[in-house]
This record gives sequence, C-alpha cells and structure tokens, in this order.
Amino acid sequence: MGRGSPLSWLALSGALLLGACRGEAEGPAPIEFWAMGREGEVVRALVPAFEARNPGLRVRVQQVPWSAAHEKLLTAYVGEAMPDALQLGNTWIPEFVALGALEPLGARIDAEKIPREDFFEGVLDAAEIGGETFALPWYADTRLLFYRADLLAEAGFAEAPRSWPAWRAALAAVKARSAGGGHALLLPLTEWEPPVILALQQGADLLRDGDRYGNFASPGFRAAWDDYLSFFREGLAPAEGASQLANLHQDFAAGWFAAFVSGPWQLGELRRRLPAEFEARWATAPMPGGSEAEPGLSLAGGASLALVARSPRKEAAWRWLAFLAEPEQQVAFHRLSGDLPARRSAWRDPALREDPKAAAFFVQLQHLRSAPKIPEWERIASRIARHAEAAVRGEESSEEALAALDREADRMLEKRRWLLARSEGRR
Amino acid sequence: MNPAFWFVAPALAAIGLFFFVPVAASLGLSLTDFDIYSVADLANLRFVGLANYGRLLEDAAFWTALRNTAYFVVVGAPLSVATSLAAALLLGSRLVRWKALLRTIYFLPVVTTLVAVAVVWRFLYHPRVGPLARLFEALGLPAVDWLGDPAFAMPAIILLAVWKGFGFNMVIFVAGLQAIPERLYEAARLDGASAAQQFRHVTLPMLAPTTSFVLLMTLIGHFQLFAEPYVMTQGGPGDATRSIVLLMYEQGFRWWSLGQAAAIAFVLFGIILAVSLAARAAGLLGGGDGAEARP
Repeated sequence: MGRGSPLSWLALSGALLLGACRGEAEGPAPIEFWAMGREGEVVRALVPAFEARNPGLRVRVQQVPWSAAHEKLLTAYVGEAMPDALQLGNTWIPEFVALGALEPLGARIDAEKIPREDFFEGVLDAAEIGGETFALPWYADTRLLFYRADLLAEAGFAEAPRSWPAWRAALAAVKARSAGGGHALLLPLTEWEPPVILALQQGADLLRDGDRYGNFASPGFRAAWDDYLSFFREGLAPAEGASQLANLHQDFAAGWFAAFVSGPWQLGELRRRLPAEFEARWATAPMPGGSEAEPGLSLAGGASLALVARSPRKEAAWRWLAFLAEPEQQVAFHRLSGDLPARRSAWRDPALREDPKAAAFFVQLQHLRSAPKIPEWERIASRIARHAEAAVRGEESSEEALAALDREADRMLEKRRWLLARSEGRR
Repeated sequence: MNPAFWFVAPALAAIGLFFFVPVAASLGLSLTDFDIYSVADLANLRFVGLANYGRLLEDAAFWTALRNTAYFVVVGAPLSVATSLAAALLLGSRLVRWKALLRTIYFLPVVTTLVAVAVVWRFLYHPRVGPLARLFEALGLPAVDWLGDPAFAMPAIILLAVWKGFGFNMVIFVAGLQAIPERLYEAARLDGASAAQQFRHVTLPMLAPTTSFVLLMTLIGHFQLFAEPYVMTQGGPGDATRSIVLLMYEQGFRWWSLGQAAAIAFVLFGIILAVSLAARAAGLLGGGDGAEARP
C-alpha cells in the first residue's frame, strides 16, 4: 500500500462514487421495522402488498425474540440504533414514552381518518398516556378461561358457569372426580396476571396517590389475594412452576387439569399440538365475574405499532403502520398469526365470527382494564408474581406478602415521586 | 526512559482503556441512581453516595442471592474438583482401556453450548416423564419435581454444572498426574505402600500446586454463576436459584437500574477478592512452598 499513483487513487474513488450513485438510484433506504416472536415471522407476508401499493417504499422486517425483546429495545435506544417503527408490547409503552422514544400519533391518526371508536376501548387505552396516543393497536390480547367442556359435563355442568362461585363449584366437582391426584385449574405461578385480574374485578386500585405508592394492603386487593391463594389452599390449583408449563397442552389433553387461564395464542397452539378430534372437547369462556349477569374484567394486553421519534423516515414508516392497521390487513394478519384483531370491523370476517372459541374473546375484549401505565409497572408486577408464589408455597403469610409488596413498590416508585415533586415545584 | 516501557506500553494502553476506564466508570455509576429516567434525560440522575450499597444490605433479595451463590460455591466447587480428580485418576489407571475415547467423552460437555444442553437436562429433570423421575419410580423413591421444588432446584443446577464443567479441570489434573515422576511410585511400592497409601502420600502432595490452582479458579468461576439458572430456571422456583450475577443482570439489563447493578458488581468483586486472599492466607491455595509436596 502507499505506492499507488495519484491517478489510480482517483480511479478508485471514482468507482466508489459511481457505486454510491447506483445505490442511490435503487430508491431510498428501506423502512426498518422490528416485530417480536411469531409476529415478526409472519408479518413479512404482508410486505409485498404494501410495496406494490406504495412504489418506492420498501420495508425490512427484523424479528426479535420475545424473551430478549425488552433488553434489546432499551439497548437499541441507548445505542441510537432504533428502527423506524416497531411493535411494542402494550405494557412497555409507558416506559418508552418516558424515554421520549416514541412519536405522538394523535394528529396522524386524525389526518388518516382512522376511526378510534373501531378499536376496543381497553386496547386503545393502553396506548394513550397523558391524553396523547403513542401507538396504534395492532392485535388485542387478554386472558380468559380455556376449559375441558367434556370433563365439566361429566361433573354435571353441561353449560360453562359464568360467575366465580359457580366456577368454584364446578372445579371442585371436577377435582372430586379425578382420582389420580389431578387438579382442576392451572394458574402458572410465574405469571402476575391472575392475581391482578382478580384484583381489578374487585375494583381495587393497584397503586395510590397518582401511582406514587403501592396499594396492595388495601381491602380490595387483599380480598382478591386471598381469593387467589384459596385456589391453591383448596387443592383446586397445583403449585407448579414454569418448567412444567412446557407440557401444558399434553397435560390439558390428559385431564391433569380441566381449566387454565391464558391468552389467544393458545387457540392456535391447542389446535396445532393436539389431535383434531380433541377440538370438540375444549372450549373458552370469558373471565367469570361476581355474578352470572356479566362477565368479569380481564387485563388489556396485546401489542401496538409505534413510530420512533428519532427516525428520519417517519412519513414512510407511518404509511406502513397505517397499512397494518387497516381492517383488511388485520384480517390477513389474523389468518397468518392467529392474533386477534384490535379493530371491531375486522371481526366481521367469517373465520372469526364463526369460531365459537374466538367468540369468548370478542366478549372479553369489551370488558378490559389496563394495568397502571407507568414505567415501573413491569418491575412491580414481577414482584407480585414472586410474592404470590411465596405465599402459595407457604414461604410467607398472606399478610407478610402484601406488606412486602407495598414496601418494595414504594421503593421502586421513589424516583417517580421525586420526579413528580420536582416538576410540580417548577410549575 | 527504560526501553522496556515501550514494549509493554501497547498492552498497558489496551488494558487501561478497556479495563481500568470502564471499571472506574462503573464505580462512579454505582454511586448514582442511574435508571430508565436517566437514560431519557441526564438531568434526572442523582448522586446518591453509598445508598446503593446500603440498599443492598437491607434488600432480602440480595441476601437470598448471596446465600444461593454461597450454596453453589460451597457444595458445587469441591464436588466439581473431586469429580475432575476422580476422572483424571480413572484416565491414569492402567486398568482402564479406550482412554483417548473416554477423555474425549468427558471433555465433550465442556465444549457443548449450555443453552442446547439445558433443553436436554430440562427433559431429564421433568417430574413426570423425565428419565430421572422414571428411575426414582423404579427404585420406589418418592417423586421429585427437580426444577419446580425450591429444595431441589439448586442441587439440580449443581449437578448440571458439575457435569458441564468437570472435563476442563480433569484435563489439568491429567497433566498434573503425568508430571509426577514414576520413580516416586516405585519407591513407595518398594516400601510396601498400598494403592491407597500411594494416593495419600505421593499423588495428593505432588498434585497440591495443581489442586490449588484448580480449586481457586473453580471457586472464582462458581461465584459467577449465571448461565445455568438463567437458561434452566430464570432464578426460580421462587428465588431458589437466583445467583448474585443473575440478580445483577436483572437489575441492570431487565430493569435498567444500572447504578444498583454496578453496586452489586463491586460487592461481588469484593467477596471474590476476600475469599481468594483468605484462602491464600490460610495456606490452602497458591502459596505451596513445596514443603508438603516432598514425599
């Protein structure tokens, strides 16, 4: 090196320049879109239709595994390596809004004339923080009961009960009939959702004083907590850990338990993993409530589509997000992924309307409540799961668990209290 | 200036830039409450002095993690070293054939990926269909939910770690055994020493420097337990397998409490340093002056 004549350097740089120009001629850089897990896999199938409709725009989908998604997104934000648009789990939206990572979408949604009332309220609510909308709901997710209709019928319950007292009676009857040490209900100990859903049904506020302190020792949460623990104390639910969940489908088929609380992804999983003749033996039911009249509340989950504030291609990326939110694309995406559309109009699709197992979700999606929308929530929720497990295993009493939860939540919220006090002081 | 300086300068610069600067930075980090809000705006960063360390002392999760790690070190490390030594002796024995094959098989777990191995071991440990459960059933022993029962999860992790790691130390022991002159055994045999006596009075003393090295490295490695619980149990059931490094990882990369995570890192560093120095002071490790190695 270093011997080349000035002329050859000139020729080399000329060639590089030409190459660069040719790259330019192929069109602008593609829209970088990150999606998680299976969604990231199947959403690629929608790209050709989008590119055909929008000449000059290209989309590059990057699939991120769910288990590492949260870390990867935060790292990408810190490293200024965010994509142009991304799928965000609804519970993560507050965190990324606090970071200032997301572009407010309210004006764009109005300009696009996307009807807000077409989205399930609970699902859209998760994307609204401080009066501004930061994401477009992509698919809806909530939890309800999957149950063995045949086992319930054998125990004398031809129709699925609708209230908790009736469900308890049914589960106890199933349990009494299973001689081999089986259980009636599976509540995975690693999940914080079941106790929180019970608390929301009690009308309990999970946090208090503007989400500044934990509110877990309040009467409402306490009642829900004892309800939750009683499933284990009465032997209706087994105290099994996450490692056994891998065999959930086989165990469900074998009748090891007659019901479990889970989300819409199980519709596809159960159909894929279990033989076709098993289809008639299971069903879904909305979360039981306090009475037979109305289903109980469940948690608003799912994922939304967000635009990255620092993206240089916001307009193009928005076209892609608006495309994904169209009812026809929601239906197409449902067929690909099994995820439930976040828009009511997409539910007119016969495949969804005529599936009795999806119908329970349609009912449940009208009865949703969001978890507290603060960045600390995921962390607090992980402690709820931890203390619920400790209480189930008898490592700590119900009282101790709730006191510890309040203490830990208060500590995690210390910074939030300081920030709020500071911003109020400035005002 | 001494010309030698210029020879070591590149290495020193690299170590300074890539080791001492980051360590100093994270020491500084451990004195702040760096978190998700500070990522958004550095104006949200507060200097908190030693509060992160103080908070650790009163955090039950930290003490649990410390206890779990100590359990893993105290039970796992000696077990791992003993297994390595036994395997090395087996490979050194005249009675065993196919030594090259056995050595390869024993070493295989070291080079396999833990994540892949974990899938197999999760199946082995399954409480109803796992081979271990079948074996227990055949022997008439009560069923054990290995990874789901807080009392058995750590032993299950230790078993996996020993299996995964003993091959590496075994190779070092094999080298150490080969360095023992055959004439010492001949002399011992002439004096009428039994096999057990030869092991006790020739092999062990001659192997002392190797054992010291292996034990110290194993201790340090075991204090940094992370991957096994991360892929097998995620720290569960309950907190039964949450190690210090796993706790640090969660604080730092899951919750982005980098200040708190940095404090955990320095506490762990202090513990490892203290244990290593204590072991040296007690003459157990590294300080072999050869006096006891003389047969």
